[in-house]
Amino acid sequence: MSEHEHHEHYPHEHGHHPQAPSDVEARALALESLLIEKGILTSEQVDEIIRTFEQDIGPMLGARVVARAWVDPDFRKRLIEDANAAVGELGLSTTNLARLSVVANEPGVHNMIVCTLCSCYPWMVLGLPPTWYKSPPYRSRAVREPRVVLEEFGVNIPEDVEIRVWDSSSDLRYMVLPERPSGTEAMAEAELAELVTRDSMIGVGLPRVPAARS
Amino acid sequence: MAIQPDIDSVVVNGVHDMGGMHGFGPIVIETDEPVFHAQWEGKVRAIFSGTVGRYYNLDEFRHVIERMEPTAYLEAVYYERWLHAVETLLDEKGVLASGSAPAPQAPPKRPSNFPAPKFKAGDRARARNLHPEGHIRLPRYVRGKSGVVTSVKGPFLLPDANAHGNHDVWEYVYPVRFAARELWGADASARDSVSVDLWESYLEAVR
Repeated sequence: MSEHEHHEHYPHEHGHHPQAPSDVEARALALESLLIEKGILTSEQVDEIIRTFEQDIGPMLGARVVARAWVDPDFRKRLIEDANAAVGELGLSTTNLARLSVVANEPGVHNMIVCTLCSCYPWMVLGLPPTWYKSPPYRSRAVREPRVVLEEFGVNIPEDVEIRVWDSSSDLRYMVLPERPSGTEAMAEAELAELVTRDSMIGVGLPRVPAARS
Repeated sequence: MAIQPDIDSVVVNGVHDMGGMHGFGPIVIETDEPVFHAQWEGKVRAIFSGTVGRYYNLDEFRHVIERMEPTAYLEAVYYERWLHAVETLLDEKGVLASGSAPAPQAPPKRPSNFPAPKFKAGDRARARNLHPEGHIRLPRYVRGKSGVVTSVKGPFLLPDANAHGNHDVWEYVYPVRFAARELWGADASARDSVSVDLWESYLEAVR
């Protein structure tokens, strides 16, 4: 799809970011200064939060959860029953108001997640959401034509597979547990985690297929 | 460009409620996308993290964004909406006024004695056709539609109350599975479904 086509549809929430109007940046900096001046935040706290989102939280956390579920059926069961407690076992933080809810793909069932009303996302295990997830095209279409949306991501789900879309309208934050790819029986947990992509945990992708071994 | 002022009245059927809308075009996927596209975006995210739950709650935050004039909502980049909401709320709550800031709010306390849930897994239920003035987390595309309750969650705070000064209303939440054909008509897949999390007062029993 060309840039031109996209502009006709939706000029601003672009795949890459438009240039920020300078007054937005100025407003953000002014608000930060005022809150620091009033003792509500410190600049160290601001920097630490930004650093955490940029470096510590991301899809590698969710990938660890998925890989553990692939190798440990008891963990998988606990994960589906009480995801907050299960991810806590892996030392991941669950100090968040929202509750994680894991939905498992299985033969004949494919799950995908969306938030049509805003941008709810299991960021505690996947990091902050990509721009497309927060954009009007995905939010409007994922619930109405999930199969067309999946094709745009290069995922073709056969007609005889049921697609379950989860619209994250409450305090529950959904994450997809993808199916373990075949041919991975000999792989260790850490190797398996390398196969788990962010998109496979949103449900718009599938795990990587392992490279053939000599 | 400054964001347009809020619409005067409170709004529920806003442009934020996008499920099922046509016309937004293809999904544009950015490869190797950074967490923040500019320094100010990270600052806005950090200011939100450092103030939400202390001076305002998530439902109030969402409702300020929903109150944005629809074209301003669509024209703003994501963190511009967030900046607008944080500025508005910190101002409305008196945090930005001169003098000392108000004391942070106490975290909500879930009641210990709670009545039994009205629905159980397997029950058929219909999303009520509600169009209240104010915040609600009942997407337009399920109003009046019937589905099946798949589990019982919560109780959680009722967003409709929590966004409007009443921070002590708790309800069970039910993931309700709607058949794609119930929502989108006969052209939709006979197999597919959409599950939406609905608070108890959004639902009525289907006999």
